[in-house]
Amino acid sequence: MSRLTRLSAAEMARLLASREISSVELTQAHLDRIEAVDGAVHAFLRTLPEVALAEAQAADAARSAGQDLPELAGVPIAVKDVLATKDLTTTCGSKILENWVPAYDATVVRKLRQARLPVLGKTNMDEFAMGSSTEHSAYGPTRNPWDLGRIPGGSGGGSAAAVAAFEAPLALGSDTGGSIRQPAAVTGTVGVKPTYGAVSRYGLVAMASSLDQVGPVARNVLDTALLHAVIGGHDPKDQTSLKEPVAPVVEAARLGLAGDVKGLRVGIVQELGGRGYQQGVTDRFEEALELLRGLGATVREVSCPSFRYALPAYYLIMPSEASSNLARFDSVRYGLRVEPAHGPVTVESVMGATREAGFGPEVKRRIILGTYALSAGYYDAYYGSAQKVRTLIQRDFEKAWQDVDVLVSPTSPTTAFKLGAKLEDPLAMYLADVATIPANLAGIPGISLPCGLAGDGLPVGFQILAPVRADAFLYQIGGALEAALEEAWGGALLDRAPALPASRPDGQPAKGSPELGDGACLDRPATPVASTRSAGVVQPPSEGVGE
Amino acid sequence: MPAISRDEVARVAALARISLAEDELDRLAGQLDSIVEAVRTVSEAAGGDVPATSHPIALVNVYRPDTAHPSLTLEEALQSAPCREADQFKVPQILQDEP
Repeated sequence: MSRLTRLSAAEMARLLASREISSVELTQAHLDRIEAVDGAVHAFLRTLPEVALAEAQAADAARSAGQDLPELAGVPIAVKDVLATKDLTTTCGSKILENWVPAYDATVVRKLRQARLPVLGKTNMDEFAMGSSTEHSAYGPTRNPWDLGRIPGGSGGGSAAAVAAFEAPLALGSDTGGSIRQPAAVTGTVGVKPTYGAVSRYGLVAMASSLDQVGPVARNVLDTALLHAVIGGHDPKDQTSLKEPVAPVVEAARLGLAGDVKGLRVGIVQELGGRGYQQGVTDRFEEALELLRGLGATVREVSCPSFRYALPAYYLIMPSEASSNLARFDSVRYGLRVEPAHGPVTVESVMGATREAGFGPEVKRRIILGTYALSAGYYDAYYGSAQKVRTLIQRDFEKAWQDVDVLVSPTSPTTAFKLGAKLEDPLAMYLADVATIPANLAGIPGISLPCGLAGDGLPVGFQILAPVRADAFLYQIGGALEAALEEAWGGALLDRAPALPASRPDGQPAKGSPELGDGACLDRPATPVASTRSAGVVQPPSEGVGE
Repeated sequence: MPAISRDEVARVAALARISLAEDELDRLAGQLDSIVEAVRTVSEAAGGDVPATSHPIALVNVYRPDTAHPSLTLEEALQSAPCREADQFKVPQILQDEP
């Protein structure tokens, strides 16, 4: 492995600025690393060597011409395949979008291009970001670089595994119930879900519009902050985008790394720990708390009694919004079109056949669950009650902020589980996100950073939550904790990850399966008579982002 | 009695425009029943006087100035269409014979 890929993004940026290395050299080193290990890890659905090298060349040329460039200019990055990339396929891990080529860039991708970060490729994910293990990708699972027999978390397992395996120093993710933070926890990396609206979602394919948030993925707190600063800020194309400029996250990270957390008040969420949490997870979490106390932070317990209803409320609100958002996959404007094997060929029967063939089991489960929760007769008991629980959870947070600056918990109850272990038991899978979901329901920011290895030799994540718009706190406390942990360990946690077997990639994994076709053009004579509209479905408000 | 029956799953799947094979319907009915059983606890948590929250951060609708912005060209909008005719999306028959 080239020594270049082991550096932090901040170190890469420094070497690029002083012209000790070129972006082409750095990007090629990562493409070589991907070539060597991604056959085993499968973090990428598609790599973009020509595109990335052309962007790297342009960054080098701009630097040679003496242009004033952003700090991360020339540092390559991986992008989760849920974000639209102009002229480059965007599949969301789904067969229904196998051949979709967006005509526009997501705002965050446009910002990467403006800041001159070469895009290495699109990373694997659970289909439409629905899952906690990346096993629900239609293109096969990603494997955890710490143990190739285990899951890398989800839905953003590809982005987390890519940075953990040194295939990319940085990546973009999206977090609806923990899809950035839980993969970070189980791969020993860092991930942040910013405040709702702090990073644009224009061009993010929507799952649950009142929960979805784009955020940064990296190997350490400072790199994560540097990326956050690139992608954050107001976007007039996203109606839910906050008006404020991006929080001073890089300054906060540097302050924290210098050890400055004196007087900060830290609250342990009583409800997010104890029973159901693996002993090794609890042990590492408590040791990290001791370190924070040693740095001068005050630590106390805080009770958030409504959090026990967060998981049930989430599994009503998220599927309800998803069932509405995913109605756009109707075989008319883009994506797959499949003709039914039997019966009349109408727009309705084609839609049914297309969605049967194009969606995987978890997506079908959630759409049907959401349609059920919104349907006449059940709306008040399910969706209505879940929205009330959301109010109760927000009140718990508001009460906590009167006494503490941040709340902390383990990011996930267990370390990475084995591939296949929870695939047939959806409820068991959902529990992996029990500690990350409250932040999405309340719109607050959260970070996960590694706090050690459990007895099974696998990474444990430490979660910090802060009030809305206080993203900078995450980086300050995260930076201080990371510095203290690395001093105790004598280096970064990822230095202890086992070496990956070097192999050749097994071809382009995102290539399609022939039986699903490329959207057959149905051309039968029409015999119009009666309407086939159906009623009974109440749709939640749609924010209209994601397209 | 299950929280959600097999017939109910079939009805809701039709509303969601997802055709399901018989075996898939059987499997889904069992899984959805245990999920619905687990999530119905929300109704015990929320009393009548608790207001609903639909959105994590209070927002008001924003109208942008009524000025022209660059948008997708016709060709870009149609480039991913499964089927097109001239400058339009082409769809299968929309209306159906009554039985």
